[in-house]
Amino acid sequence: MFDGTQAQKGYALNSMCYSFNKAENRAAFLKDEGAYCRKYGLTAEQQAAVKSRSVLSMIEAGGNIYYLAKLAGIFGLNVQDIGAQQTDMSVNDFKHKLEVAGR
Amino acid sequence: MARIIGAVASTHVPAIGKAIADHKENDPYWKPFFQGFDYVHQWLAREKPDVAVVFSNDHGLNFFLDKLPTFAVGAASEYRSEDEGWGIPVSKSLKGDPDLSWHIINSLVADEFDITMCQEMLVDHAVTIPMTLMWPNQAWPVKVVPVSINTVQHPLPSVARCYKLGQSIGRALDSYKKDLRVLIVGTGGLSHQLDGKRAGFINKEFDTLCLDKIVNDPQTLTGYSIRDIVEEAGAQGVELLNWVAARGALTGKVSEVHRNYHIPISNTAAATLVLDNKPSSRLKAA
Repeated sequence: MFDGTQAQKGYALNSMCYSFNKAENRAAFLKDEGAYCRKYGLTAEQQAAVKSRSVLSMIEAGGNIYYLAKLAGIFGLNVQDIGAQQTDMSVNDFKHKLEVAGR
Repeated sequence: MARIIGAVASTHVPAIGKAIADHKENDPYWKPFFQGFDYVHQWLAREKPDVAVVFSNDHGLNFFLDKLPTFAVGAASEYRSEDEGWGIPVSKSLKGDPDLSWHIINSLVADEFDITMCQEMLVDHAVTIPMTLMWPNQAWPVKVVPVSINTVQHPLPSVARCYKLGQSIGRALDSYKKDLRVLIVGTGGLSHQLDGKRAGFINKEFDTLCLDKIVNDPQTLTGYSIRDIVEEAGAQGVELLNWVAARGALTGKVSEVHRNYHIPISNTAAATLVLDNKPSSRLKAA
């Protein structure tokens, strides 16, 4: 659960992701990702997690999924794409799993 | 006197906004969800609300983790939306009703709810998507009073506390002198989880139970802890709190007039519920 411990741990990462509400910040991130991460004071673990694009690693580093979704949006990924990534499934298999839940 | 006409509760998945922008309402994937709103449109056209009190949760547009109120009430004359960063279209702004907002705020604080008051508040998809589902042309015939509940950072308010918040707002509305027809809106849910190895979790059985209890026995839901809800409805299924608060605001005799439930919309079990509220005073008079 995203509790006080996680919220403290992830503060810098979530701050950066919050900035992605603005198009100019998304562009600045794409222009120089490393510099943008440093500007927000991301820890080494958070910088590595962002670099790896692994959502599970970013959550481990204190990322909150609503904020991470803004980062994923920069790469054109939606919550089904990142759901598939986190569960190690193809996007089609992940979508199928959801459909099956409705039967 | 103000009259609470009933409630509409709806899922607020961002992808719905994109589907509307892309005119996909009749696509096979979307139709079972969107057609659930045909009845809602008829009901709203008949009931003609003047104002909507909207219970929802912000996802990092108006509030960040630097200052995150458990409960916040909007008191603005206008509520704008903005870019949320993930590519859904920005909705038209909504008109507020500051007089009613301050009446609700005064009543809540007198009732020992120490809420945050917001004379400026951006509203995100949790408000704009249900509003657009109800009025697709975004020519809103209602003013709004947004009530924001923290469902993002734990500790979250308990189910019981959210129910009581709704009840307190219901009493405030019943004591409001202006002749207004008030619609209550609860948004979000139902079961879904976006994060971690449990991403994609959906629980039809629990959702059905919640829908039934919201209608006839909301008190029972207050027996669930937040951990129970996370377990049964998924980490983001805690948006159920908005529905519980909305139900609390219905102070009269409540009956279900419409329900639609469809899996999946994006990662979510989508639900739409319309509840009619017959004021108790009117019942006594009859």
